Amino acid sequence: MNEPAFFETTAGPGVVGQPLNRVDGRDKVTGKAKYSAEYALPGLTYGVLKTSDIAKGRIKSIDTTAAAKEPGVLAIYTHLNLPKLAKTPNDPDGKKAIGAPMGFLPLTSDVIYYAGQPVALVVADTFERATHAATLLRVTYTAEQPIATYTDPKAQLFNPEKVQDGKADGYTRRGDARAAMASAPVKLTAVYTHAINHHNPMEPGSTTAVWEAPDRLTVYESTQGVTRTQKSLATMLGLPQDQVRVVTKYLGGGFGCKGSCWPHTVLTAQAAKGVGRPVKLVLTRRQQFTSMGHREDQTQTLMLGASQEGKLLSLIHEKTSTTSPWDNYAEANSKIINILYDCPTFESHYQLARGNVMTSTFTRAPGEAPGSFAIECLMDDLAYQLNIDPIEIRLRNYAEKDPSTGRPWSSKSLRQCYARGAELFGWSKRNPKAGATRNGRLLVGMGMATASYPVHNSQGMARVRLYADGHAVVQAGATDLGTGTYTVITQVAADSLGLPPEKIRFELGDTKLPTAPNSGGSVAAGTVSSSVYMAAQDVWQRLTKVAIQDPKSPLFKAKPEDVSVEKGRLQLTKNTAKGEDFMALMKRAGMDDVEGSGQGKYGAGYETGRPGNPAGPNNNTESTGEHSMHSFGAHFCEVQVDPDLGTVRVTRWVSVHGAGRILNAKTARSQIIGGSIFGIGAALMEATLRDPHYARYTNSDLGDYHIPVNADIPEMTVEFIDEHDPFINAMGVKGIGEISMVGVSAAVANAVFHATGKRVRDLPITPDKILGTKSV
Amino acid sequence: MTDHFTPDSAAQPDGPAPNDGRRSFIKQATGLLGLALAPPLVGQAERLTALSKKVAGVSEMKLKVNGTVRTIKAEPRTTLLDALRENLDLTGSKKGCDHGQCGACTVLVDGRRVNSCLTLAVMSQGKEITTVEGLAKGEELHPLQQAFIEHDGFQCGYCTPGQLMSGVACLKEGHAKTDGDVREWMSGNLCRCGAYPNIVAAIRQVEKSGFKS
Repeated sequence: MNEPAFFETTAGPGVVGQPLNRVDGRDKVTGKAKYSAEYALPGLTYGVLKTSDIAKGRIKSIDTTAAAKEPGVLAIYTHLNLPKLAKTPNDPDGKKAIGAPMGFLPLTSDVIYYAGQPVALVVADTFERATHAATLLRVTYTAEQPIATYTDPKAQLFNPEKVQDGKADGYTRRGDARAAMASAPVKLTAVYTHAINHHNPMEPGSTTAVWEAPDRLTVYESTQGVTRTQKSLATMLGLPQDQVRVVTKYLGGGFGCKGSCWPHTVLTAQAAKGVGRPVKLVLTRRQQFTSMGHREDQTQTLMLGASQEGKLLSLIHEKTSTTSPWDNYAEANSKIINILYDCPTFESHYQLARGNVMTSTFTRAPGEAPGSFAIECLMDDLAYQLNIDPIEIRLRNYAEKDPSTGRPWSSKSLRQCYARGAELFGWSKRNPKAGATRNGRLLVGMGMATASYPVHNSQGMARVRLYADGHAVVQAGATDLGTGTYTVITQVAADSLGLPPEKIRFELGDTKLPTAPNSGGSVAAGTVSSSVYMAAQDVWQRLTKVAIQDPKSPLFKAKPEDVSVEKGRLQLTKNTAKGEDFMALMKRAGMDDVEGSGQGKYGAGYETGRPGNPAGPNNNTESTGEHSMHSFGAHFCEVQVDPDLGTVRVTRWVSVHGAGRILNAKTARSQIIGGSIFGIGAALMEATLRDPHYARYTNSDLGDYHIPVNADIPEMTVEFIDEHDPFINAMGVKGIGEISMVGVSAAVANAVFHATGKRVRDLPITPDKILGTKSV
Repeated sequence: MTDHFTPDSAAQPDGPAPNDGRRSFIKQATGLLGLALAPPLVGQAERLTALSKKVAGVSEMKLKVNGTVRTIKAEPRTTLLDALRENLDLTGSKKGCDHGQCGACTVLVDGRRVNSCLTLAVMSQGKEITTVEGLAKGEELHPLQQAFIEHDGFQCGYCTPGQLMSGVACLKEGHAKTDGDVREWMSGNLCRCGAYPNIVAAIRQVEKSGFKS
């Protein structure tokens, strides 16, 4: 922490934290914002995928005759003629080099691993012609019996050494949880299932690939990380990294599924090379369900041992889930269970079964979302069993330090979150008895749950170019998923440079800009804000050097360490009357502009000075400094349940979070609301159903995969606890994209229990489950 | 939806493509749309394809979008959404599902909100089409656009043009008198970022301001 920090160097109230309107708002409400499939390139052609109907087997034949005769068809690629790639993820070396969870590239052999696997890519001069031609392809298969899920009797369960793409341990043990469980006065065991969930960003996966030269590619891509996609593509295509440019100016949501490079992107690049023209490929909504990962189907068994006073003694967690034929992917649910409460012993292990499915991947709060569902529902059960208030049971187990490492927290405002949330929600008015509150014929329930999300170790670069006319251009190759990156970074730059925000232009989403991490794992705000702040400090250091060498400057011959900057004025710290405005200094020095660059670190790298993870988030490198770094919060939910129909409506919602410095009160509130709604979807309606015999999805569209609509959502209340964390990064910022959804499904399930006395542990909590569950 | 045309198909199983331009485009379009709606029904698609021997059919169409008549060359099966996005470079209207399930493609046709992905361009000729690009008057934003900015009625912005067009229609229809009304009448427009409470606030503010569209 030898770096300057925003807290110390920026005097007075600025625009950071203010509820500014989005700087990209005007572009978004006028239709000017260009997403990745919206570049009208000269000679643009259209790529359409043909995908496999079977989930396992081999391609016997592909008859392209009819399709090839269609007017406008330029090329049809299959495994027989796709231009060869330098590397594919199909072997371990290739997978490691490509660095994406994409463990398999289709169109490389006749083997079919999953339903929806691309078997051909048709390129034509119009979208209609490509779409039609793809329907004329005749593909025959030798089908084998697939495995749909880990529940299939033929599925072979195994214990992986690592899960979550190698980033978390498959087995964890702290103390002797089994012995502690055996002797615990109170024992609870519960089994939780979680349906397959799909991210379903409104913008489907889109790629527009154009070869600027035989060895230089530009890709307009819907990705959460331009650099990660650039690296993956360059590796597969056998090009130097800088010969691939990836551009994502606007991204129509991501939620994790756009966090990596997926097969359709590289296939589009190959097709563009083949036809010698730009190719645009947009996944259909149905293809979206089998092309960019999902949250896996999973069962968790959680055992809890406690004292009669409700003090935790032991937690034992097991998770079983389906993974693809080539990956060991399971969300690391156990991480949050290990740190959330002060419990002396803990054990967790994972079981996987290979199914004929596309690999699962990061889905908003990967691990924390389903893991919190298990622990937060079981804590609720413990509270009822011992007749203790649900908040009180959590306070009795409040972790004053990280139980998994024994390290102190860098900051933790969870007590305040509980207290403020309870106050806003009116928790004290709640009748503690389940099934006892009514509104007419409807059952009313109130539940709550804790939220937490780690600060993932990450780093990134930024550049600031300050002009003598009082404008600045700020650049970082970050992406804005809609979370507000454009806006909050503009605010940070404004305060760091002492300029009003309208004098700042922040550019992002291009590999030509300084490298920033993936926008994922809640690292973007903390990392990019810090790198921009550091780049601004670099600008001031350069200008200070100019000033102290300039005989006409009031700061002539001052020592650099005695000079500080306040609102664009360079001055002596101890005699602020002596100084000058940067514009005057630059004009006198004949400087049109000055450029500074900076590296921002987020998490342990900031505290220790060690390198962060450039691609971020990397789950096993988190918090390896002196402090354990997490944000915390609490959700409060009121539901009304129809006792006859089993329907659940969320009628009130309160979320309170302690997440470091909040950069923009308006966009942050929106992000928390959005994450809560995402969680309400998982709690009450979201489930992709995989046919157990054919291993195909039966509801892969937005009519049958239900996400919350406007009428499902009430007015929501969001607050933040003022939190100053000097250990996490130069800005004191923790991300909020994921914590917003952690604990949400548990808060809903706990409210449903309070309303009905029925404990539904299978997500989503649909009416059939409520009607089919007995009251306790 | 293809069943409607079965008698006609049966009448001329191997005959030449009908001369009636309207019927032929319906067949082509139905083949494509029917396929999109129900991909497993390959047999039906094959039957339709066999009938419509002449799939090619690029013709000139005149579309009046945001007050300006523009001519495009497209096929009868081209949807209004694709015509806007791919032929006219009006990419404000978004493709979220192409099935009429998400509302991102919502535009106004003769003042009514429609899913442009389920509307054929060729049938939209002679009608007043309004897209998100036509909402503002020059630099002056439509009050609902301004309200969306003020209330942060979006995050990623991808559903936003559809929400705005639906919201404008919702106000005009008189379906914005209460928060509950807005929630109900805006539920055809999905927002995965979860901006719903802010969208309701934005529409209600414009309603309360007495704005008359």
